[in-house]
Amino acid sequence: MGKALKPGVTIKGTKDGLLFFLDDSRPFSAVLNELKYKLEHHSASQIWDGPEMKVKIKLGQRRITKPEEIAVRELFSIRKNLIIHEFESDGMPYLADFEPGIQMLTGTVRSGQVLTHTGDLLFLGDVNPGGTIQCTGSIYVLGALRGLAHAGSKGDETAIIAASVLRPTQLRIADVICRPPDQWDESEVGMRFACLADNQIIVEKMHHLSRIRPDKEWKENSKKL
Amino acid sequence: MGESIVITSGKGGVGKSTTSANLGTALALTGKKVCMIDTDIGLRNLDVLMGLENRIIYDIVDVVEKNCSIDQALVKDKRCDGLYLLPAAQTKDKTALTSNHLRWLVGELKEEFDYILIDCPAGIEMGFKNAVAGADQAIVVTTPEHAAIRDADRVIGLLEKEKVAPPKLIVNRFRKQLVREGGMMDVDEVVSVLAVDLLGVVPDDERVIRAGNQGEPVVFDNDSLAGKAYRNIARRIQGEMVPLLAFKEEKSVVYKMKKWLGFA
Repeated sequence: MGKALKPGVTIKGTKDGLLFFLDDSRPFSAVLNELKYKLEHHSASQIWDGPEMKVKIKLGQRRITKPEEIAVRELFSIRKNLIIHEFESDGMPYLADFEPGIQMLTGTVRSGQVLTHTGDLLFLGDVNPGGTIQCTGSIYVLGALRGLAHAGSKGDETAIIAASVLRPTQLRIADVICRPPDQWDESEVGMRFACLADNQIIVEKMHHLSRIRPDKEWKENSKKL
Repeated sequence: MGESIVITSGKGGVGKSTTSANLGTALALTGKKVCMIDTDIGLRNLDVLMGLENRIIYDIVDVVEKNCSIDQALVKDKRCDGLYLLPAAQTKDKTALTSNHLRWLVGELKEEFDYILIDCPAGIEMGFKNAVAGADQAIVVTTPEHAAIRDADRVIGLLEKEKVAPPKLIVNRFRKQLVREGGMMDVDEVVSVLAVDLLGVVPDDERVIRAGNQGEPVVFDNDSLAGKAYRNIARRIQGEMVPLLAFKEEKSVVYKMKKWLGFA
């Protein structure tokens, strides 16, 4: 079989579920169109309406972005029994803009020093007045944040800034800048976080975070074995 | 082989030169051979504080330009035997020295002296970099004020990049009374912000100014609390464990009266 004839989407059944091989040699949009066609018109086959099945998407040498992943997931949403279990690229993380989770750093960011980081950062130490901590993701400081913190520096408006002692000279999330009140309320002790709400930075107690980020909320598993 | 210690602060006027003069004298009083280097070219004043201004013949720039030998430029202190000063030049500016000059100079002096105290100019420019270049250790002087602490923090950050041991902190011009009233940061607060080891706390004492104007470091004054604090710091530099001074507040006459009568 010649290369040109190789289908963009190959489906294989295994005992664990279905494997979708998306050809990495042709444009992703072409592959998506073919996937769409197959999902919508493969009525001859029983598998689209059968029992629930796990789906694994193999991307070969290709890596995709988050919007591309969402596009694939949307195509699959028309087939309720097909549940995307995972994406996989050969020997590498499948997301092109992959950020390896949360990273931890320690030390002190002193006056005049700038700590820049890609992704989320857990910083164990103090950020002193005049010091800057800048992340494309969220910033979590186990220590005193007395300097400037800029979360979501590439425009991520969902980023938050949390600190054991939140006493910054200035906070920035995405493009929004705010300055804390000149006098800190002495009752405001304990861990706090700042996030964006209606294009304004608000500071809340830590336990309010689950209200703002319900998707991240931890819940006790009700199903007991 | 001696130790070289740079005394720096970032901000001006927090008491670098006063600290240098007093620590140098205090170390010399314990029998060590000490050389103080003033690197504040163009704005020298360590010689004034030591009362040695009129004895200067050659200065540090003459030494590095080989107009004289190191020994010729060293000014012997008028009170202590083992104490020498290498004065700064007043007619030149900071560009007259380079880091390599200081490294060479300190290396030479280390052969002969137990301690070399390098008095650093204010700021973080070339003068600072030169002064730090020859140092093995660093002492950061700050007052318990936000502006001074900010600059000290910056300097500590810069020192961490250099080949010096982690800097030690001296909190200068500390006023217990003012801390009690909430008008000044406490030592614990300063140390927690700067996150470095505390070498000592020097109380605010008008005798420091009086002594400086007379060209006689306050460590000679046995009644002065600041002098005692400097002597303790000198002992700590030599590795002794000395507890921090407990600063008593000035009690009012009424209080003393009550105490005497047994009311308080």
